[in-house]
Amino acid sequence: MVTEEQVWNALAEIPDPEIPVISLVDLGVIRSVDVSRDQVRVEFTPTFLGCPALEVMRDAMAARISALGADAQIEVISDDSWSTDRITPEGREKLRAGGFAPPAPREVGGPKLVQLQSNAFRCPYCGSQDTTLENIFGPTPCRSVRYCRSCRQPFEQFKTI
Amino acid sequence: MTDQVQKFLEIADDELILGWRNSEWTGIAPLLEEDVAFSSIAQNEIGHARAWYELAARELGTTADELAFDRRPEEYRCSRLVELRLVPDWAATIARHHLYETADEARIAALKQSDDPEIAGLAAKIDREEAYHRMHAQMWFERLQDEPRFQAALEELRPLLDVRDEHTPELAELWEEMTMVRRSVAGATW
Repeated sequence: MVTEEQVWNALAEIPDPEIPVISLVDLGVIRSVDVSRDQVRVEFTPTFLGCPALEVMRDAMAARISALGADAQIEVISDDSWSTDRITPEGREKLRAGGFAPPAPREVGGPKLVQLQSNAFRCPYCGSQDTTLENIFGPTPCRSVRYCRSCRQPFEQFKTI
Repeated sequence: MTDQVQKFLEIADDELILGWRNSEWTGIAPLLEEDVAFSSIAQNEIGHARAWYELAARELGTTADELAFDRRPEEYRCSRLVELRLVPDWAATIARHHLYETADEARIAALKQSDDPEIAGLAAKIDREEAYHRMHAQMWFERLQDEPRFQAALEELRPLLDVRDEHTPELAELWEEMTMVRRSVAGATW
């Protein structure tokens, strides 16, 4: 008999396929885990709809749950319930330590260009706020590219969603 | 087919075709930043297309892939605006980007008000991603707005936005490229 806690612990060991410093649980994409007998139902919210890692995440979750001896049912919920605000405080710290600036809090009405161009974003390497927006878009849909003028280091900024 | 399914197909077709067109800049955009931007925007648009195709597919008893790739070019409901192959014309590409994102914003805003929580929720999620596309389009609009070539492209492309019943030969050419692999391996699942 599998317990909910075992499932959460197993899911917490799955790294994000594109930012492996953070786990799926840290990322906040697991909305719920429901165990009844040997059936485990997981509600999973994608980060970006075009993220090519979605299938990899889904398969990894199913594999971990099967390894616990249960049948996995992974339900993808494509609504507005995932936000970068759901990244856990531990997750934000792991991102920063991995060289990814964690996202700014979601504000009412979404981010504005003028905010992105402001220098209120901290460099994850030296902590300076003297940073500039290089590109709204980056190597994956969830990241922007910024440049730190203090330590002269480009860095990736997790987009606020 | 209900009006609502028709609407999902219009949006999905627009996003799929524009996603392909945007991806044509990968590797050859005038700036490295724009290679990255247009590639990322293309990826988002195709993700949105899939989400709308999935809703339509459930109503029609089919799959998202079949709707995206197994219809004939004349069955697509996309706008003529997204069909055109604009590479290597950067001014026209930015003009289309701006026209499309502006129109798409209004369409998504209306869907966010839907009584169906699934539709409203999906539209709200898409809108948060599209906010970044709109910022990018706006930034380029401000840079190019005084350029006569850009103004001319806006005037030329604007009337195409609402044309959905007649397609250009360019759509059929794109369809050939887009569905080539799928047609060559019958019954393949990926």
